[in-house]
Amino acid sequence: MSLLAIEGLTVALPKGADRPHALESVSFSLKAGEILCVVGESGSGKSLTAGAVMGLLPDGVVATAGAIRYLGRDLLPLPAAEMRRLRGRDIGMVFQEPMTALNPLRSIGSQIAEMFRTHTRLSGREIDARVLALLEQVRIPDPAAAARAYPHELSGGQRQRAMIAMALALEPKLLICDEPTTALDVTTQAQILALIRDLQRRTGTAVLFITHDFGVVADIADRVAVMRRGILVEQGPAAEVLNNPQHPYTRALVAAVPPLTPPGRPSVTGAPFLEIDRVSKTYRKGGLLRRSRRVTHAVKEVSLSLPRGGTLGIVGESGSGKSTLARCILRLLDPETGEIRLDGQDRLALSKEALRREARRVQMVFQDPFASLNPRRRVGELVAQGPIIHGTPRAEAMERARELFSLVGLDPAALDRFPHEFSGGQRQRIGLARALALRPDVLVADEPVSALDVSVQAQVLKLLVQLREQLGLSMVFITHDLRVAAQLCDQLAVMRQGEVVEHGPAAAIFADPQHEYTRALMAAVPGKGWTPPVAFGSEEAA
Amino acid sequence: MRILLLALRRLAASLPTLLLILVGLFLLLQLAPGDTVDALVAQMGGGDPAMIEQLRSFYGLDAPVLVQLGRYLLRLVTLDLGFSAIYGKPVADVILERLPVTLLLMATALSFAFAAGMGLGVVAARRVNRWPDSLISTLGLVFYATPSFWFGMMGIVVFAVRLSWLPAGGFEEIGSGNEGLTRVLDIAWHLVLPVATLALTYLATYLRIMRASMLEVMTLDFVRTARAKGLGETAVVLRHVLRNALLPGVTLMGLQAGTMLGGSVVVESVFALPGLGRLAYESVVQRDVNTLLGIVFVSALLVIAINFIVDMLYAKLDPRIVTGS
Repeated sequence: MSLLAIEGLTVALPKGADRPHALESVSFSLKAGEILCVVGESGSGKSLTAGAVMGLLPDGVVATAGAIRYLGRDLLPLPAAEMRRLRGRDIGMVFQEPMTALNPLRSIGSQIAEMFRTHTRLSGREIDARVLALLEQVRIPDPAAAARAYPHELSGGQRQRAMIAMALALEPKLLICDEPTTALDVTTQAQILALIRDLQRRTGTAVLFITHDFGVVADIADRVAVMRRGILVEQGPAAEVLNNPQHPYTRALVAAVPPLTPPGRPSVTGAPFLEIDRVSKTYRKGGLLRRSRRVTHAVKEVSLSLPRGGTLGIVGESGSGKSTLARCILRLLDPETGEIRLDGQDRLALSKEALRREARRVQMVFQDPFASLNPRRRVGELVAQGPIIHGTPRAEAMERARELFSLVGLDPAALDRFPHEFSGGQRQRIGLARALALRPDVLVADEPVSALDVSVQAQVLKLLVQLREQLGLSMVFITHDLRVAAQLCDQLAVMRQGEVVEHGPAAAIFADPQHEYTRALMAAVPGKGWTPPVAFGSEEAA
Repeated sequence: MRILLLALRRLAASLPTLLLILVGLFLLLQLAPGDTVDALVAQMGGGDPAMIEQLRSFYGLDAPVLVQLGRYLLRLVTLDLGFSAIYGKPVADVILERLPVTLLLMATALSFAFAAGMGLGVVAARRVNRWPDSLISTLGLVFYATPSFWFGMMGIVVFAVRLSWLPAGGFEEIGSGNEGLTRVLDIAWHLVLPVATLALTYLATYLRIMRASMLEVMTLDFVRTARAKGLGETAVVLRHVLRNALLPGVTLMGLQAGTMLGGSVVVESVFALPGLGRLAYESVVQRDVNTLLGIVFVSALLVIAINFIVDMLYAKLDPRIVTGS
């Protein structure tokens, strides 16, 4: 008998939602000791599936048909009190955001101890000992200190370890992981995945693992279920689904995963157009007392260069200083030392006035498509605003915005809509149009695709490649994702803690990384051993 | 250690505030026409210029403004608040007589408003958009929209005049010779209406803040985590939501301590309570600069002290504050 069997589960959304059912007759099963990955993009209903199993559906969302059988017993009709006894004790859950998933006002130890206090009658001392043992088991450095610490005092990876310790406290038979590594850095992600797999093997727990990332699936799954708009389109053993996907949607998803090898574009050479010369930027944190002062070297003596029409990828994990460097290139931040020359002109020496004139030469696309567009202005105005400020007559600027909209693949008729009427991918296209409106020489893109769904990400990447060819753009492309960098960049710089540890032609670095940190990053890329069977971008979902 | 450092820093930051308030008020009073001697002479029904001059030099009012200010600040350091020409005794004594009434009124009203507002806010948030929420929110709006003197007057009309359940004014039964517990009960009985009057407006604010912040915290991820642990709804609210939702209300409490002192002027006047608020009002009318400055000094100290306590409370509630990250 399977541990968990979902049979024809249908979950209704409240009236007025974009579709009547969040889930439509979803059926799958999970055996003890098995890892089942549920893969899908946003809105696929994968998280709601987990919520339904936990009995934690949002208000107004109800299961209307089907059954969720846990050890043969249907969970759907269970009274709330009964369900509460199962939650935590039989079914543990790990969430995506390790920062917000823990109560910021209570220590890690007390939050883990709460599991024992809720479900067992152990003594306080016994509980403390168990908490320590658990923290040791998830390999947190200095478990005793971690138990006393508050969530903000731990790193993201440590917090996620604590979450896992909490979910596994009562040795549940089923562990549900909802995108547990999405918010983490690649190397941390690899460690957490290894930890989950290791614990799962030792305890024989069944894992329902929800993810959008086929790389992660390749690393961890025994079986895979692919979901799209509430419908399970394909399921089967991992090797089968990954290497021989049948359903067109699965094929499109697989085709959206960028391979780790550069596509072999002839490298752009020529005199350096953008030169970053020994740039340093530090952040200081003032304090009344000297010892509370802190100096962070965000960017340390970085020297890089980019030929006209080339693409420089800056790769690094969070805190590596890559975004700070991007802001320095735009002069949104002023570095303390060094020069940033564009076509021979030192941008750091420009006066405020001159910088305003020269600002159009370097433009930026931001990471978050939701936060980077002013929600109160029409998108046409947002795009035309730059040229208007720089003296273009309004009518001409609007005409240009119209052209740009068709260039980035949007309907020019949508110019007088507001940002909230667009999807994430469309908004990123608007951000791109806004940056291009000023006809920049250099486009700085700070993680422009990392907030997007995989299939949308592939489309935007394709658009970037196409625009680069069409407009002869030089690009600085900042990303944490080596797969994305491999597709787009011909020069690559790897940053760690403010320093460039390795830089050179992307193809050379991917083929033969020199620095140990680059090698560690490469080794941590999820699904590195798996080559997508469908060529990148060759198939798209209908 | 960290919390001690924070305490010291907050205290150091409040000193300039105190100085600014005192200097500002002193100069403002100097700009207003007339002084204590004018008021005294007016009460006496006039006097000859020589005597007026003599009075001025007696009270030190003939010195230049800056010298007067310097003298005043210097005396403050030794906690000497000066001599009230109107009451004929040291300002410190005058204030000390009135302070307990106001402190009692304020502390009771603030605690009541905070506790009741938070409680009602929690109930409203737990039953959001159902009838308890609608009822509580409407009531809150009524409390918030009605001026407190009207509450006071209506309270007197209904509970004191019509029903005779409560006294119409005063701090206690004068000359009743009550002592011990009977006196405490007598004072409590007298304070019911004033406290309710002063507290209702503030209660409404706390209610709205608490309701909103409860609703916000309820949507946060860690609440979902708590539910996933198998905690019951009550445990989720008590152990996870409440403390997080309390933070905005606590901030507001510090801010409102100052306005509450102002609000007590009205309430003390309506209910004839011998408190600091009424003393302030009388001192303004009588141009009793020394007393007025003394009151301002004491209330500034009071507000600073309350804010200090709130800051410390906040640091205690939220571990993220102390480490400064």
